[in-house]
Amino acid sequence: MTEYLLILIGAVFVNNIVMVKILGLCPFMGVSKKLETSLGMGAATTFVLTVASGASYLINQYLLGPELSYLTTLSFIVVITGIVQFTEMVIRKTSPVLYQVLGIYLPLITTNCAVLGIPLLNVQAKHNFMESVFFGMGGAVGFTLALVLFAGMRERMEGADVPAIFKGSAIAMITAGLMSLSFMGFSGLIK
Amino acid sequence: MLSALLVMAGIAIVLGAVLGYSAIKFRVEGNPLVDKIDAILPQTQCGQCGYPGCRPYAAAIASGEADINLCPPGGEEGIHKLADLLGVEFKPFGGNTAIKPKSVAFIDENVCIGCTLCIQACPVDAIVGAAKQMHTIIASECTGCELCVAPCPVDCISMVPIREKITTWKWKYPVYSLAPAK
Repeated sequence: MTEYLLILIGAVFVNNIVMVKILGLCPFMGVSKKLETSLGMGAATTFVLTVASGASYLINQYLLGPELSYLTTLSFIVVITGIVQFTEMVIRKTSPVLYQVLGIYLPLITTNCAVLGIPLLNVQAKHNFMESVFFGMGGAVGFTLALVLFAGMRERMEGADVPAIFKGSAIAMITAGLMSLSFMGFSGLIK
Repeated sequence: MLSALLVMAGIAIVLGAVLGYSAIKFRVEGNPLVDKIDAILPQTQCGQCGYPGCRPYAAAIASGEADINLCPPGGEEGIHKLADLLGVEFKPFGGNTAIKPKSVAFIDENVCIGCTLCIQACPVDAIVGAAKQMHTIIASECTGCELCVAPCPVDCISMVPIREKITTWKWKYPVYSLAPAK
């Protein structure tokens, strides 16, 4: 149990997928303008990433094996696409409002490199099934955490007196950089 | 090689089955009333009702936002059908444009320069022709929405009213004129 907790904390804080590994920046910048949207995006990505981690572990372990390992990236992309499509249908049915708010970013989870990156990192780290799932969930929770924190800051920044030159994307980039720096403080928390 | 193909095909089949099932399971039901109204509207997408197309107008009618008498291409006949469907009284046409006699577009083929602008404007693909070739109208497909008239740079498109012939004649709606009470 402790090791799963360690994987989870490690993925959320120490090796945060956005802030430390610098993956998944497109939705990080794109969907972080409003707090609620970023929460919805985080939830959708968490679901996709957790399921995708488990499914891709099973595929890699039982379907591909060492002799077909050149198919990992390709087959992971196919599986992720399918899961995203499924998620899109579910969200469209259960929450049309969220479906409209997320808009193009929902199908774009497919091309979110964090979602492909985590299954590939799982393969690299030789995680077993439970470890893969927890690592996927941790990565996604870390993504959500970064997204929500950043969205909160950007909402505050709307009202802040930012110099004209830095308005908009420029100050957002600077903020993201500072956030990334602060996440460095977690390094060494887990060996 | 073969096993690689089999693996990818297997993944694709399983995913396809899951997605196909969930497409049925999680189908989003549209508003059936909107569909029925949309079926009556002439689908010219001309926007003369003030809405961006026939479906938005149908949605507006269904939600009670718009009146049923705003569609010029549908004419009186369309208003009658809508009134029947919705169980409301027939209203005379009340849009911004007056009802014109039912007509089809006609291209003066001597003047046409073959610019294809009218083909791009036509919502029902009733104009045939190619770039630098003369265009012509398929009269049976034309709904008379007049969208092709404005884009024509040489003004060779005119609207020709359909004359009453044996093939186009229809029973008229009964018109009762009430004598004002004295």
